[in-house]
Amino acid sequence: MEILLIIIIGLLHAGGLYMLLRRSMFKMIIGLILLGNGANLLIFLMGRLVKGHPPVIEDGLKVFTEIYADPLPQALVLTAIVIGFGLQSFAIILIKRVHRVLETDDLDELNSTDEEI
Amino acid sequence: MIIAVLSGFFFAALLPLLGRFARKSVPLIFSFLPIALFVFFLTSLPLIKGGNTWISYHSWIPSFGIDLSFRLDGLSMLFALMITGIGALVFTYTAYYLKGHPYLDRFYGYLSMFMASMLGVVLSDNLMSMFIFWELTSISSFFLIGFNNEEASSRKSAMTALGITGFGGLVMLAGFVLIGHAADTYSITELLTRPEVLKSHSSYTWIIVLVFVGAFTKSAQFPFHFWLPAAMKAPTPVSTYLHSATMVKAGVFLLARFTPILGDTFWWNTTLITIGAFTMLYAAIHAIFRVDLKSILAYSTISALGILVFLIGIGSEKALLGAALFILAHALYKAALFLITGIIDHQTGSRDVSKLAGLRKVMMPVAVAGFIAALSSAGFPFLIGFLSKEVMYEAGLQFGEWAFLLTAILVLTKILLFVAGFWAGIKPFSGILPNEFQKVTLPSALLWVPPLLLGTLSLLFGVFPSIIEQALIQPVVSSMTGKESPIYLALWHGFNLVLLLSVITLLLGFFLYVFLKPSEKLFSKTLRFENISPENIIETIGSYFSIFAIKWTKFFQNGYLRNYVITILAFLTILTAYRLFGGVNIYIDWKQISVITPSEIIVVVLMIISIFFAILSTSRTASIVALGVVGFANCLFFLFYSAPDLAMTQFSIDTLTVLLFMLVLVKLPKNKTFSSKRIRIRDAVLSLLFGTLIAILTLEVFEEPSSSEVSKYFADNAYLLAKGRNVVNVILVDFRGFDTMVETVVLVIAAVGVFSLMKLDLNPSKKE
Repeated sequence: MEILLIIIIGLLHAGGLYMLLRRSMFKMIIGLILLGNGANLLIFLMGRLVKGHPPVIEDGLKVFTEIYADPLPQALVLTAIVIGFGLQSFAIILIKRVHRVLETDDLDELNSTDEEI
Repeated sequence: MIIAVLSGFFFAALLPLLGRFARKSVPLIFSFLPIALFVFFLTSLPLIKGGNTWISYHSWIPSFGIDLSFRLDGLSMLFALMITGIGALVFTYTAYYLKGHPYLDRFYGYLSMFMASMLGVVLSDNLMSMFIFWELTSISSFFLIGFNNEEASSRKSAMTALGITGFGGLVMLAGFVLIGHAADTYSITELLTRPEVLKSHSSYTWIIVLVFVGAFTKSAQFPFHFWLPAAMKAPTPVSTYLHSATMVKAGVFLLARFTPILGDTFWWNTTLITIGAFTMLYAAIHAIFRVDLKSILAYSTISALGILVFLIGIGSEKALLGAALFILAHALYKAALFLITGIIDHQTGSRDVSKLAGLRKVMMPVAVAGFIAALSSAGFPFLIGFLSKEVMYEAGLQFGEWAFLLTAILVLTKILLFVAGFWAGIKPFSGILPNEFQKVTLPSALLWVPPLLLGTLSLLFGVFPSIIEQALIQPVVSSMTGKESPIYLALWHGFNLVLLLSVITLLLGFFLYVFLKPSEKLFSKTLRFENISPENIIETIGSYFSIFAIKWTKFFQNGYLRNYVITILAFLTILTAYRLFGGVNIYIDWKQISVITPSEIIVVVLMIISIFFAILSTSRTASIVALGVVGFANCLFFLFYSAPDLAMTQFSIDTLTVLLFMLVLVKLPKNKTFSSKRIRIRDAVLSLLFGTLIAILTLEVFEEPSSSEVSKYFADNAYLLAKGRNVVNVILVDFRGFDTMVETVVLVIAAVGVFSLMKLDLNPSKKE
């Protein structure tokens, strides 16, 4: 299973980079989100896969008695997801704004700094 | 001593505040500083008597071995006296020369900064602080040379000077670092105690080559000499100060300073003698082809510097004595000649030596000063120039099998310099006063007293050499030779070969002066060789370099962010791939791999399909939906592998993103393809390579045993310390609570940004 996940991580990174290199700003955001997903999955995988043992201490116990999924990558990924959302939503609104003012989706048309906003 | 060195900087820093006031009312007040410093060094003279040194130590950056320690010995005393003494005269002279100039205070600021840096160079005991002061002289001289900043040629020559000397300084720094590496110290005092360490070190050749480049660029030796004539664009006081007495001699100082440490080896002597001899003759020939007074002086200065390098190259006690005397003699007469040129220029508006004549009738004191300076430059008896010339010839004659050739070159140079000196010091004042100069008047005493004072000193030291013999020159020589060496200066050495050579020099020089008239015609003949002059060659290299720089920048800094990303990632991918091919084994430990269940297969397939769909779809809505599926598939993975919190977060966030995307972008037109097929294929190849690389790296990391001490700590203490059962939550809100708080702030900022962008309405007319 890990091999499949690794392939997916590679695919997400490849797709994310490809989309990031496009001239369309919309595609750039898609690329950003794909990259974000890939990175999250990568970090998650680094904590190793454990099935059916979430890092939650059972009632009545004070410490883990069985094996448990690594909580640290989970905490990191959780943070990353939330921050990623902040970034994505801001980027989405930003292109909407740019599009409304300049009526283009092409990055290369944003070269001039003198454009009246 | 630290106060003496740094006071110039403090003074310069004060000027912006006080300058305006002082400039208008009492410009002479500026001279106070150099005079005070001069007196300070003069009273310190007894301290260095008999080769003693005075060291003052201040720790600066001890961890790098960099200190602000200063060392006053004979050599640095000689230079310090010249810097402050001539500085005092130049400061005074400027008060009248640039009277009423709107930037006079600025000029004084640069000047005192320069003086302080120069003092720093000659007094530093630490090589690193010496380098810093060295570069400061380059920088402050840049401002001084380019002082007439409205003229393009002035700016250009300032750039040339900064480029050449700055480059030399950096090369010298490399040499210093090597020295520090080889000898394990940057302190000159320590180096002096064990010179054999460096001489026998394997990188000795490198060290002297690097130090030579530093010294030659600063002291305008061939082939770096051309910045000096160009620097004559500066106001005359600057030329006087920088290009006769101080900055250009810094290179000579460096060589003299290192003579006891690095000198007296075959390469050291041969290089210095060759370069010095070539430069002195080359520049002396150039000097007599010029008609502009300042150009004549510039080239004769280069020639004089060549003589100094040559003498240090010979390296015998006599030669070093000659060098010490000549440094002083040259500073006295050349500064006087420059000041006189400044007066002539100021009063007549011309510096053309073929036109100037008969000025003695209108400015007698200046003519007297010029007369003395020219005689001293020529080496007439009873002047200090004579003493130095005698010793020089003697040193040349003592130099083994090459003695004849070297002395011949020396004599020839001296004859040519004789002519150059006479042209600058006597020619403008002799003959009949032309009509156009009839109305010229004698300027303020502030202008003509300094050169006259210098002339008087030349005469005084020439007639009574005992004044400086023991007090100044002897310590200078012993600090260059590294041992006590008694010296003896005399006017009369008896009838010998040296005297004969002196007489020949004077006679031939005089004949040449009488028969050779400076004219534009002679000057234009030299222009034929401009194409092969080092100046042209270096300028051509410089212009090609800037073309190259522009192309380089255009290629790499082209303003397209995605091209930067491509460059960086392509480089990274290739580099890592190279490393991976060279000896990293990729293996899969099947024991670690968990089995695949059908439900997982479905999610994997779903994810792969939706990734491709998100990339390739031409419909925005479809892309967004596919993106949503990717997110939900991710969410399922989290769910499968014991991360319920992640699954929950991912689910809600993904839903929100898709909704936001839909709401905001649904009105936009269809996806368009902007780039050509070729570019898309290139990007696709790069992306696939990058993805593969990431996958391989992930695999590599995955196969390494993971260390989970931190996780274990969190898991073990989640309940015991933080009273929480969900370890992930405990980490977020307790163990790493601050992180989470800051993260929340980031989110708030993003939210504010989103909100304000939505509400922002700068140009209502453009709205739908």
